[in-house]
Amino acid sequence: MFEGLASRFEGILRRARSRGRLGPEDVEDLLREIRLALLEADVHLDVVKVFLERIRERALGAELSGVLNPGQQVVKIVLEELTLILGGETMRFTYASKPPTVVLLAGLQGSGKTTTAAKLARWFKTRGRNPMLVGADLQRPAAVAQLETLGERIGVPVFSQPTDPIAVSEAGLAEAARLGRDVVIFDTAGRLAIDDDLMDEVGGISSAVQPDHTLLVVDSMMGQDAVNVAVAFHERLSLDAVVLTKLDGDARGGAALSVREVVGCPIAFASTGEGLEDLDVFHPDRMASRILGMGDVETLIEQVETTYDREQAEEATARMLEGRFTLDDFLDQVQQLRKMGPLSSVMKMVPGMSQQMGDVDEALDEGRVDRLEGMINSMTPAERIDPGLIDGSRRARIAAGSGTQPSDVTQLVKQFREMRKMMKKMGGKAPGGRSSNRRGKGRKSRGSGPARPPAPDKPAKPGLSLPGLGGAVEGSGTDRLGSWPID
Amino acid sequence: MSLRSRLGRARSAFAGQLRGVRSGSTVDPAAWNALEEALILADIGVTTSADILSAVRSRADDEAVDEPHIVLDLLKAEITSRLGTADRSLARGGAPSVWLFVGVNGVGKTTTVGKLGRMEVGSGTSVVLAAGDTFRAAAADQLALWGERVGAPVVRGAEGADPSSVIFDAVEHAAAIGADLVLADTAGRVHTQGNLMDELSKVRRVAEKGAGTVTETLLVIDATTGQNGLVQARRFVEAADVTGVVLTKLDGSARGGIVVAVQEDLGIPVKMVGVGEGPDDLISFVPTEFVDALFDIDADIDAGMVE
Repeated sequence: MFEGLASRFEGILRRARSRGRLGPEDVEDLLREIRLALLEADVHLDVVKVFLERIRERALGAELSGVLNPGQQVVKIVLEELTLILGGETMRFTYASKPPTVVLLAGLQGSGKTTTAAKLARWFKTRGRNPMLVGADLQRPAAVAQLETLGERIGVPVFSQPTDPIAVSEAGLAEAARLGRDVVIFDTAGRLAIDDDLMDEVGGISSAVQPDHTLLVVDSMMGQDAVNVAVAFHERLSLDAVVLTKLDGDARGGAALSVREVVGCPIAFASTGEGLEDLDVFHPDRMASRILGMGDVETLIEQVETTYDREQAEEATARMLEGRFTLDDFLDQVQQLRKMGPLSSVMKMVPGMSQQMGDVDEALDEGRVDRLEGMINSMTPAERIDPGLIDGSRRARIAAGSGTQPSDVTQLVKQFREMRKMMKKMGGKAPGGRSSNRRGKGRKSRGSGPARPPAPDKPAKPGLSLPGLGGAVEGSGTDRLGSWPID
Repeated sequence: MSLRSRLGRARSAFAGQLRGVRSGSTVDPAAWNALEEALILADIGVTTSADILSAVRSRADDEAVDEPHIVLDLLKAEITSRLGTADRSLARGGAPSVWLFVGVNGVGKTTTVGKLGRMEVGSGTSVVLAAGDTFRAAAADQLALWGERVGAPVVRGAEGADPSSVIFDAVEHAAAIGADLVLADTAGRVHTQGNLMDELSKVRRVAEKGAGTVTETLLVIDATTGQNGLVQARRFVEAADVTGVVLTKLDGSARGGIVVAVQEDLGIPVKMVGVGEGPDDLISFVPTEFVDALFDIDADIDAGMVE
């Protein structure tokens, strides 16, 4: 139902191109599409209005004059402004000079506080800290039992007692000091922002433990009400940052933008799955693409870059696009992909892919990948380069060598051929400016520093290929990103 | 107690938009704009809002009316009619009947099972609760506490057990003790996880393997949910043959407008509404009450929040 912004723009831009320029009326049309995209992403109406004013100014200003591709320029302006609102830079977590660092979690019912508490504890633990959890949610039945189970799973002590939320928090803080824990995380009961008694209570907890970081836990599926909630919690608790949960779904998460703009505190963490390791530092620029429906290409590229040898990737990509891709390349890339983690979580970052995860899970279940490796390893080098050599007797040999059926081999060869054909077609269709030279420049410019908003002259990202997983991903231009099918 | 009086407190922002419209002498373009914004703020969604308003506009034109209170009445009537006239009672008829509760994480499935168990026990139904959420840590403990509270037996398995078999056991237990109704909790799942969605169809299949019949599959939606709610509903309908919606947490400042789109797009009626933390705060959904509460311009004054 959602379309990426770039595909929304297509019609308008085609019309503008036929007239040879992008007039003010075209800009208004584009702005209408932007408004729709933002509202469908659950960005708050008031935030959308402010935002559109900024875009209008820039779009009607000098920035579009003499630009070769004004549509792309508008997308870029929108992305930049979004990233700016979202906070520009990734937040760095600071620790109290005198331990323990006190972290207080608050939020509505069901936003994911308890799970987030455990994920955060794990996050601190993997960074060499000694966290402790305090269960101050005495309201929801078995909330403390849930926290205790999670604490056990990650090897972090949990303190709680059936007194009252403020007393248990005070006692928890004292216990953390006694045990010499250097980070203490307080899980509190979910509460409605309009419930004065419960808001007073969490205010009381805050006064008692004097948190260094008060984090509001916000469900990324939240609608227009996110702003009211954030404002109410901010008034009472003076929030330091936000944790955005359930980002593993396909919600656009416009709430993140609203909260950032209205309350002003950064989004520190994003929770991206049910596993306790699924908590990431929040990347504003990636969220901007997500809100606009462009997929989290940056995260994917980064993960590939850290695990995948770049030269190898570039070679493979080039070969693939020229149709010289071999079964060896294929196997190599499947193996590289496996290094990055569960294939399904990798694939979800590809734009438009989260919808099709059912198919991908099936196609890539680890057992099948094992069989695939077995088959390719049972082939001779010549067969890997030219699968056409594989006749009946070779097929039988490969099947016997890999413990599979000859029909499995036939299937593999057939799929591989189709894939190669498709890759070649994509390579042929690719727009100009995709030479390896440009890609090389793009890579060099990517430092290891914190994420930053895209600069107007930001060079192309390295191409990235995922054979057999639905095609290639190219991060070199917003037009290209936007052309991915988004459901 | 009516929904309106329960929700009085939470409605002021929305009401502010509408008060502006009502205080004008006619519904001018700015007022139409304000109405659209009010609907968007209620999470009804841009497309559905535009659709609703164009219907109201053409009726207003046909009837040549532009007085604000009449237009507001037309708008109320339009939304009410879009909420449908389906039967909102919860179906029984199995021996036992099984009601499955499904939804994304954190919407309030376990709490809804507990509250509904309380209602049913209170009205003389013999109920078994099935702790089918075997994934979330201590979810079964949470349901067990509800079981104690409402006086219903709880069938549970080990953490990580197959939810289908837990629910199957609960149905068997209910049949053995002659209970009428099994309320089956399931783990929250984000609708993009294909394997977990497939698990739901299995749960449903296995629940009917013995004596029981699944007569309701209720999708629990949190009233704070934005436009993603429609995608959620679509996926759950595909995976689990949803028969109704339970809209939870409507006592907050969120207005739950997404259910209008869910009803319209998928034809799934809202059957129950959660309006508070108390065990009795689950009530039947009545469209006129929901829309009245949505448009309750004087709600904040009723609740003593005079500006």
